[in-house]
Amino acid sequence: MPVVDVRNVCHSYGAHPALQDVSFAVEQAEIFALLGPNGGGKTTLFRILSTLFPPDRGSVRIFDADIRTQAAEVRRNIGVVFQNPSLDGKLTVRENLIHQGHLFGMHGRSLRTRIAAMMEHLRIADRSGHLVQTLSGGLQRRVELAKGLLHAPRLLILDEPSAGLDPGARHDLWEYLERLRDEEQVTILVTTHLIDEADRASRVLILNKGTVVATGSPHTLKQRIGGDIIAVTSVDAERLRDRVAEKFGLQPALLNGSLRIEKVDGHRFIATLIESFPGMIDTVTLSKPTLEDVFIDCTGHRLWEDE
Amino acid sequence: MNFVLGTVTLWQRELVRFFRQRSRIAGALGTPLVFWLLLGSGVGQSFSLPTGSGTMDYMEYFFPGTVVMILLFTSIFSTISIIEDRKEGFLQAVLVAPTPRATIVLGKIAGSTSLALIQGMIFMVLAPFALGAAPRSIPLTIGVLALVAFGLTGLGYLIAWNMESTQGFHAIMNLFLIPMWLLSGAVFPIGGAPGWLQWVIRVNPLTYGVSAVRWSMYDAADYLAIGGPAPALALGVTSAFAGIMFVAALAVTIKR
Repeated sequence: MPVVDVRNVCHSYGAHPALQDVSFAVEQAEIFALLGPNGGGKTTLFRILSTLFPPDRGSVRIFDADIRTQAAEVRRNIGVVFQNPSLDGKLTVRENLIHQGHLFGMHGRSLRTRIAAMMEHLRIADRSGHLVQTLSGGLQRRVELAKGLLHAPRLLILDEPSAGLDPGARHDLWEYLERLRDEEQVTILVTTHLIDEADRASRVLILNKGTVVATGSPHTLKQRIGGDIIAVTSVDAERLRDRVAEKFGLQPALLNGSLRIEKVDGHRFIATLIESFPGMIDTVTLSKPTLEDVFIDCTGHRLWEDE
Repeated sequence: MNFVLGTVTLWQRELVRFFRQRSRIAGALGTPLVFWLLLGSGVGQSFSLPTGSGTMDYMEYFFPGTVVMILLFTSIFSTISIIEDRKEGFLQAVLVAPTPRATIVLGKIAGSTSLALIQGMIFMVLAPFALGAAPRSIPLTIGVLALVAFGLTGLGYLIAWNMESTQGFHAIMNLFLIPMWLLSGAVFPIGGAPGWLQWVIRVNPLTYGVSAVRWSMYDAADYLAIGGPAPALALGVTSAFAGIMFVAALAVTIKR
């Protein structure tokens, strides 16, 4: 039985469809990333999964409980970390955690012990009595995480967890998530628009304009691409594209004024390419495919273009 | 158990937040106090009761209305935070917690009612100066004030819950809530108003709230001399209003 089982989910805001026939399953103890551009439907999906509202159509089951009819049971099993902090800035770190515990039915000594342990884990114990509004963004995110994990949920759902974090804090966060998965078998679902973040996930689902364009581990997704990625800039990129297509029978894509060619053994092809079109090529770069290339391959445009 | 724990924790949060934001005390208690002093002194002795049963200092007439203004302002200030909290704040996390929706409504309304009551009681210290005597029964006044505050907070909650921006709430406050208070017998007696306005005042539920507060401060003969709805009617409408607002607030919260 999968931890999260989403089937044929559709949701729209008025006439604008936000999700169209989305289906996927998340297995126990994996880090599952929902990758896509802003406005691609990630946030809508996050809100549905966190039980803020049910989808217009389709079914969502979390630990085999239906989010429509068994919301309370689902809520006990999931921890939610919002992108906009759900912390009360006028309260201290400890007070925020106490209220959260009470809302989950925890109280007394067991709650105090759990709060102390969580603050220790996330290295915020020394900030216990500080007002949340006086903490840095990175520290606030840690408090938010402590809040989401306080009731020891079996599934943690995070919306853009690295938003507003510096690289160091981002690294710490991911290390902690991986530890949770490995040591406590917690299943983790994150939404992200960052390629390198999705790369750390066990599996990735790519969402574009409300539809699923690809699902798989970052490795298998990248393997789909036929070889290396060669990016070429030229004074006349359009003409070069036509001539490359003509001569080598390839279909180079023209993105933001540069040619993008997928080719096995790219390093050899580069030499042929430069010799074939003397004077037409300004720069050439060779790279291994990334998840962004997978996204381009599936949608024909870059991850950021829609913004 | 979860219900009580959730409600109490949300109620407590309202109180703690309030006392950490000193400016809110100034807003909810200071503004009515200034109104009472300025308007009361300005109108002063030129005020006479339409019942023709003697004269009354305007500061005395305006006193119960000012207390209700404190309740109204407190409920506005504490329900306005719902708008931001629900979209990107504390409420998001409450909405995904396994606690009944009624805890959210009751925690908020009980918290705000307590705050209104505390500030109302602070202002009541001035009662002996305004009324010439202490209110006939302090516990009765507290009870009535709590009932009125509960209804007003429920109303604020109902407006705020579906509101997209705090600016929208301010518009409603100026166009609807303040006039509701102006036309409740708080500022001028019903009897002195032209006929059409008397009807507006009669259908305004806050008219009964203000009268209930006034009634709690005087003995029967004095209340009769000032004029207003029968005490049973005033209390009945005020209780019904509080009940309806709570049920309606609960209904909108369950809906989304």
